[in-house]
Amino acid sequence: MSYIALTYWDLAFVSLLVLINAGISLYLQLGVAKKLLIAAVRTAIQLTLMGFVLKALFALTSPLWTALAAIFMILFAGREIMARQERRFKGWWSYGLGTISMTMASFIVTIVALTAIAPDPWYAPRFALPMLGIIIGNTMTGISLGLHNLLEGVTRERAAVEAQLCLGRTIWVATRPVIRKALHSAFMPIINSMSAAGLVLIPGMMTGQILAGADPIEAVKYQILVMFVIAGGTALGAVSAVFGGISRLTDARHRLRLDRLAEKS
Amino acid sequence: MTDKVVLEIKDLRRLGLSPLSFSLSSGECLAVQGPSGAGKSLLLRAIADLDPNDGSVALNGISRNQRTGAQWRQQVAYLPAESGWWSELVQDHFEDWVSVRKKLPTILMPDDAGGWAIQRLSTGEKQRLALLRALEEKPKILLLDEPTAALDPETTAAVESIVSTFLENGGSAIWVSHDRAQAGRMAKRLLSLENGNMTESTI
Repeated sequence: MSYIALTYWDLAFVSLLVLINAGISLYLQLGVAKKLLIAAVRTAIQLTLMGFVLKALFALTSPLWTALAAIFMILFAGREIMARQERRFKGWWSYGLGTISMTMASFIVTIVALTAIAPDPWYAPRFALPMLGIIIGNTMTGISLGLHNLLEGVTRERAAVEAQLCLGRTIWVATRPVIRKALHSAFMPIINSMSAAGLVLIPGMMTGQILAGADPIEAVKYQILVMFVIAGGTALGAVSAVFGGISRLTDARHRLRLDRLAEKS
Repeated sequence: MTDKVVLEIKDLRRLGLSPLSFSLSSGECLAVQGPSGAGKSLLLRAIADLDPNDGSVALNGISRNQRTGAQWRQQVAYLPAESGWWSELVQDHFEDWVSVRKKLPTILMPDDAGGWAIQRLSTGEKQRLALLRALEEKPKILLLDEPTAALDPETTAAVESIVSTFLENGGSAIWVSHDRAQAGRMAKRLLSLENGNMTESTI
């Protein structure tokens, strides 16, 4: 099996598809033509830059630069988690909770994954950074969904939570229905994609490896590893974000402290 | 009925309320009145320790700080104006539905109500069921926030009778009501709240 390099003419040719899409949008007055073109240009620029950055990092194979790249990715993803929340905590919690949960979860599972793959050296950026990237991307979604549903849930179900508190139940009993829903929504995407993988969809990473000439069986092994690692990262991240969130939304007197949430933006 | 003080409140402070002090004896019902926004619900929530507040509140001489918030509210039960429900069916919200079911006639509800969906209950039915639910925990004090606001005269009388029984058995209650006649029927003392200030009078 061989790897076929693409020329820039190939990309220009395929970009016609985006232009056709924009043409349809203009014709039907959907009002998304501009957004579509901007997104397409962003993809091209962002990925090109990333290509150069990764190439430089791979050439360096320096633990320091690899760590700096990892920190940059984490901080950016933390901001993304915060941006996806309609309701937020007051103060540094709004950025801190999601970012800390994600950092912890993604570092732990990335190290597990690197232990399994055992590249040499273990911090080799060719393995560490793509692995961290795919883990962060998915953990971020899980944490965003979990926090979103937790904060929406406690606000909407305030009367129900306080009804149980008024009956003398602990805050953990009273918030259990809300916690359950929040974690359920956080786990659903990875459960769905694990269930549908191979039947309904061919996962993106596997597709990439096969196109690049890898043996399908080897690509499948990598994909299974990645799925399991994502599942672990999502679970760790969402559980710590949701329970961290509950501990902030309650206090030692078993009260619900919605005053620690900012006004809805 | 005895005159033994059960609930002692000193210098209770929270956002929107001036410091309040008063006490409640066993078997006694205290009526609370005041215009809307005067802080009647905030007062009850502060006594139940549902919002951050300062001051000393003691039940039978034991400060609430010696209990967890959960233990405190088991004894000092707050019944909000709008009741909360966390499950599908009526009976899911009770610890011991078999015993509660026998009491349904006292709130003028049919005895198959356990299988009803919460969604189909009227506001008044929810208020009456919430009262039975609060009594299930055998509290010493009931903090009632307009418990008959959505009720007709017949069901109002049923609720008053249940609370009267609770008082006769040594319980105490603080009853927020906008109805002067009701305050007169249930209580001998009245707290009037206005702009967070309190005046106490006998009815």
